[in-house]
Amino acid sequence: MTLLIGALTLGIILALLALGVYISYRIFDIADITVDGSLTFGAAVASVLLVKHGVHPLWASGAGFAAGAVAGSVSGILQTRFRINPLLAGILVMTALYSVNLHVMGRSNIPFLGTVTLSTYCEQWGAKVFGAPETDLWGWTVSSADLTMLILMMALVGLIAVALWAFLRTDIGTAMRASGDNPQIVRALGGNVENYRIFGLAVSNGLVGLAGALWAQYQNFADVQMGIGMVVWGLASVIIGEALTGASSVGVAIVGTIIGSILFRQLVGIALSFGLNPNDLKLVTAAFVFAALILPDMMGKLSARKAQGAA
Amino acid sequence: MSAHSQTTVASQLDRPLVRLSQVYKTFHAGTVNEVRPMRGVNLEIAEGSFVIVLGGNGSGKSTLLNAIAGSFAIDAGRIELDGHDVSAWPEHRRAALIGRVFQNPFSGTAPNMSILDNFSLAAKRGKFRGLGWAHTRALRDDLSDRVRELKMGLEDRLDSAIGSLSGGQRQALTLLMATWLKPRLLLLDEHTAALDPKSADQVIALTDRIIAREGLTTLMVTHSMQQAVNLGDRIVMMHSGNVLHDFNAEQKRRLRVDDLLGRFENVRRRELLDESAAELLRSRYI
Repeated sequence: MTLLIGALTLGIILALLALGVYISYRIFDIADITVDGSLTFGAAVASVLLVKHGVHPLWASGAGFAAGAVAGSVSGILQTRFRINPLLAGILVMTALYSVNLHVMGRSNIPFLGTVTLSTYCEQWGAKVFGAPETDLWGWTVSSADLTMLILMMALVGLIAVALWAFLRTDIGTAMRASGDNPQIVRALGGNVENYRIFGLAVSNGLVGLAGALWAQYQNFADVQMGIGMVVWGLASVIIGEALTGASSVGVAIVGTIIGSILFRQLVGIALSFGLNPNDLKLVTAAFVFAALILPDMMGKLSARKAQGAA
Repeated sequence: MSAHSQTTVASQLDRPLVRLSQVYKTFHAGTVNEVRPMRGVNLEIAEGSFVIVLGGNGSGKSTLLNAIAGSFAIDAGRIELDGHDVSAWPEHRRAALIGRVFQNPFSGTAPNMSILDNFSLAAKRGKFRGLGWAHTRALRDDLSDRVRELKMGLEDRLDSAIGSLSGGQRQALTLLMATWLKPRLLLLDEHTAALDPKSADQVIALTDRIIAREGLTTLMVTHSMQQAVNLGDRIVMMHSGNVLHDFNAEQKRRLRVDDLLGRFENVRRRELLDESAAELLRSRYI
């Protein structure tokens, strides 16, 4: 049960990453690798604020969002003002961020020993709310702190998801969605496509940076390598979500992405508990996304051939 | 406020709504692909007129529309629109004054978004887009009424993706979007060229109806001599990056399809003459 709650919490934290990837991949139709750097950047900024400056965890998490947003804006500016291919712009920013992150952190790993983080607060609140360090959940004994963390993350991600959904239904949000669908018509209707792209990538990477800040606090350390391959993780979540829900509207797509992230984390947890070598995790994830990308096309061809054979 | 007062000034002085002065544009300059679709174009369009632009391939007629809309920066010259010098304005800023329909039915709408989504964009053309809801009750009701007038059965499909509609339906909707907020200038770029004859006729009838009802100043590029003769009150014929003929309303009334074809034949013959002269010179001197 503890393992399950752990996987659930991490899945929900990483749903923020998946929502960020949903914005860049589905709304703007670009694979934005900036994510690999901005996840760590958010974690790095938050951890330094927490460990060295004793900033309140909520402010530190907010700073993680801001850090990611800065990284996303830089990517957006490279793509629009300097007309660099989006993939290349992402690679440049991600690479540059690796050095930036090392500078921010001062070393490659920051443990949160004796630091006040969200986890610390969850221990206090959990003890207060449930009255004991351990509590009973439908017959299982679970840690109150873990349960509180899970509830807190659910509330936070739920709030952010609703805010994102509402934003995408405003005038500016609709124009932003349209600029990914057909930039020409948005320009003809007076929309500044370039600014929408920069702002959208800022929000996208801001969410990713926030995910990094929360993840670091959840696992009690920040590591300069923690962002590697996370864009593929986000893609996997988005794709699973679409396969499950059909993504017929923005709201459904957002819910699907969150479910996708939780489910993917559970799948990974199950695979690891069945003896999957953790070193193979990225390979398996990449293979999974590859399969998910080509399968719909192959299925289409296969059924077309069948239909031909029948006729 | 300032835009409004300037508009009044413009009409008081009887200034043309659109004025192009010595506009030049070269694409791919200095390469083998160099084209010069605008070679010192001068053109004035009076408020309320409906101008048809004719011309062969590469004559510069679509480039003329794109230059006015601001799809690219011109090399030299000046473009004035509604009393403003818009030469340096980016496309999205000029959109406050201009409604556009493109040749390709896929260009004029966001295909994966609903009809209502698309019109919520059109309802904010050239205006500030903030955090207000894109879908409002009033917009849905207005749209339902206007779409019903099209008699295409689309009023019950406001929430379906626009990409699922036929080319003719999409062009009709694009036309409605371009004129949802009354534009100072309507630009139509061969907007029926990609449609089947029946849909093209429908869209042309709708075009004529909207322009007449709203009294829109219009610049319409077409490849169809029939449309050129039947519609509008002025014909501008483009050739190799410049205005070759300009027929006013009086001359246009007497114009027949055969006359227009004759003019085109003249152009073609002159081109052949140019080519044979060039060939002669080449064989003699090179």
